[in-house]
Amino acid sequence: MSAAVNVSGSLRRRLLLQLVGSAALLAAILFFAVLGFVRNVAEESHDRILLASATSILDSVSVQAGEITADIPYAALSMLGNVSDDRVFYRIASPAGVLTGYTDLPAGNQPVQPGQPRFETAEYKDETIRAVTVSRRLSAQGAPVAVQVSVAQTRTGQAALLEQLFRSALYLGVGFFVLASGLAVWTAQSSITPLRSLTEAISRRGPKDLRPVTRPVPAEMSPLVSSLNSFISRLQASLTRSEDFIAEAAHRVRTPLATVRTQAEVTLMRVDREENRASLREMIRAIDESSRAAGQLLDHAMVSFRTDSLEQEEVNLTALTRDLAERLQPVAELKDIVLHFQSDDDARVKGDAILLQNAVRNILDNAIKYSGRERDIWVRSANSGSEACIQVEDEAGGFAGEDTEALTRRFVRGGNAGDTIGSGLGLTIAREVAEAHGGRLIIEDSQTGAGACVTLCFPLS
Amino acid sequence: MRNALFSALLTVLSFAAAAAAGFEVEERHWIGPEDGTPLRVISTTDTAILEPLIGSFLEDHPGVAIEYTVANSSEVMKAVLEGQEPFDVALSSAMDLQTKLANDGFTRPHQSASTALIPEWGEWRGHVFAFSLEPASIVVSAAAFSGGEALRTRQDLISLLRAQPERFRGKVGTYDVSLSGLGYLFATQDARTAETYWRLMEVMGSLDPQLFCCSSSMIESVASGEILVAYNVLGSYARARRDLADKIIVIDPEDYTHLMMRSAVLLRGGRRPGLARSFVDHLAAAAWSQPPAANYPFSQPPVAFVDSASPKRPIQLGPGLLVYLDAEKRRRFMAEWFSAVRKE
Repeated sequence: MSAAVNVSGSLRRRLLLQLVGSAALLAAILFFAVLGFVRNVAEESHDRILLASATSILDSVSVQAGEITADIPYAALSMLGNVSDDRVFYRIASPAGVLTGYTDLPAGNQPVQPGQPRFETAEYKDETIRAVTVSRRLSAQGAPVAVQVSVAQTRTGQAALLEQLFRSALYLGVGFFVLASGLAVWTAQSSITPLRSLTEAISRRGPKDLRPVTRPVPAEMSPLVSSLNSFISRLQASLTRSEDFIAEAAHRVRTPLATVRTQAEVTLMRVDREENRASLREMIRAIDESSRAAGQLLDHAMVSFRTDSLEQEEVNLTALTRDLAERLQPVAELKDIVLHFQSDDDARVKGDAILLQNAVRNILDNAIKYSGRERDIWVRSANSGSEACIQVEDEAGGFAGEDTEALTRRFVRGGNAGDTIGSGLGLTIAREVAEAHGGRLIIEDSQTGAGACVTLCFPLS
Repeated sequence: MRNALFSALLTVLSFAAAAAAGFEVEERHWIGPEDGTPLRVISTTDTAILEPLIGSFLEDHPGVAIEYTVANSSEVMKAVLEGQEPFDVALSSAMDLQTKLANDGFTRPHQSASTALIPEWGEWRGHVFAFSLEPASIVVSAAAFSGGEALRTRQDLISLLRAQPERFRGKVGTYDVSLSGLGYLFATQDARTAETYWRLMEVMGSLDPQLFCCSSSMIESVASGEILVAYNVLGSYARARRDLADKIIVIDPEDYTHLMMRSAVLLRGGRRPGLARSFVDHLAAAAWSQPPAANYPFSQPPVAFVDSASPKRPIQLGPGLLVYLDAEKRRRFMAEWFSAVRKE
């Protein structure tokens, strides 16, 4: 009865995507921030070592006998070797020219102010170098002389360090992302939980449970729940109206028809002329047909309505069937039909007693209606496996290979219906009741071939 | 096998001073088949010492010959800097010059399973590969020191020389740092390590010392009794002279003993880089495998030196070595050294 829901997107997925998306963004920002930071720190510390080296060389420059000389400390260059295996270049120069070192070093070619070291990156001997130039004023032969010391180192070691830092930052970013994604999954899951538990609570409800939802829900869901509650109350009102209407209609159609039939029979007794009596009999027959059709239509409406909100009480199917068989005994006897009732144990099923009774009665009615005079009808109640079955077998000639499935459709009547009164709703009702209870209706020819065998099966309670 | 290879020493060309090349060559040998693919090696190490290792290399590489040029360390440097003759490999005991070659971009990097055997301190940035570890020792005359005088540290030597100046006058020797790259390396490392060195030089200077170009002549002078004490001699050479074993005593000073590393570099101008790599691998594997190759000519480098409290320590490869190669620094050091040693 539930229509397919038009699903568009998923709250959870959307939430998850947004959270994971933000996690990815934050992880990327973290990665670049950390990378930038550690790169700066690495470059700065490398620059400081270069500066320390250059400064110690500069300190060793002195004026002796009016000449500028340098006594490079061993540590000045070996300290660079301790940091990495990089190539080292240096130059000591004064305005007069290069004092010692690598004359063609592409650094420190511009004058540098004392106390303001200049860092440069350049290409030298097929490699990128990082250089620092520091300066100091000496006094040679009474005149101030600016001495400049440049120290440069290739960047292989630094590149290796940066690669390592890059990897560390990458691991950090990826780790953050994985952790944040895990939390995102958890968050998305838990924020959808109230919705899911509300859904479960509502689908667990019995068919006639139309109470408003009173369980506590998060603020965001309260508009939904109050709409749902208002919808439930409208539904309840509407259902009540339908029930009333069906009861009213049944009453209003059946009662006048009964009156008309009584009047017709009274009239029949009074009338003597044969052609008038024939018309009256025809009339009574038509009234019977209408009455029965109306009854069955109402039955069907009632069945449809009741199966929509199926009641689940325990019903003794055997007792119910025996009862029905006894009540129909007089009708059967009118045609000298013998109704045999056989049963083993009581079969108990869960369901709506009124519906079950209706279904069984329709089948029994059919059997009696279509049977000729002085025939037998067997009604059996038996438990087979997990099912309780009511079987009605007649000697009315059977279906002779007809499409038995089609017979259960509305207003379809069997080929042998002839002039028997009927609406074609009997088997439809039986089948709908069976299906509403999770059971089935089996229509087949009886084993003897003398008639039909209709079986109603319901799951045992 | 070895005899066969010795006989393969086909041409021995000796140039007193190679006119064509701008550097001095001591000797030049062609080892291996006459029509072999030549691998050109320039080295400070005498042919005879490395011949067994070269022999096993040639056995592994048929069709290859080695043109082995011997020159002193500064001439090796000069040969590479000039680049007129393209050498594939330079072997040198002057660690500072090898480092400078690598630092200034004259070498090729190399990495292999064999170079991985070299301890961290025996290799510099994948360019300089050590294949020996040899001490700077004191060699004394066995005859003169038969009295059992304790001579274990430089301080002992200083005291001895001070106590008996007449006995040692003119009978002490050391490297002439202006002639020998190795002598300069030992002297500068000594000067860097302890003040004792300058005192020793002062004392030796007062004794009219003899200055030598090379370890072998110092060892022979001690053996012949011409001098009694030679300072900063390659201990490996002295110990290798089995014929002089009873004439000399080799002492590794206990205050500290510098260990020089003979090293190989692959030269950028070389024509056969692949073969050169194999040759360097061969040397590294021979030196650093445990145990070293049977034909490895030096004593096994004791790998555990660096971490222990042993007074023997390898001279550290690295840019520090460039400091004493600085022209200004060298000039100052030479001046100071000669003023200490050449006391008139």
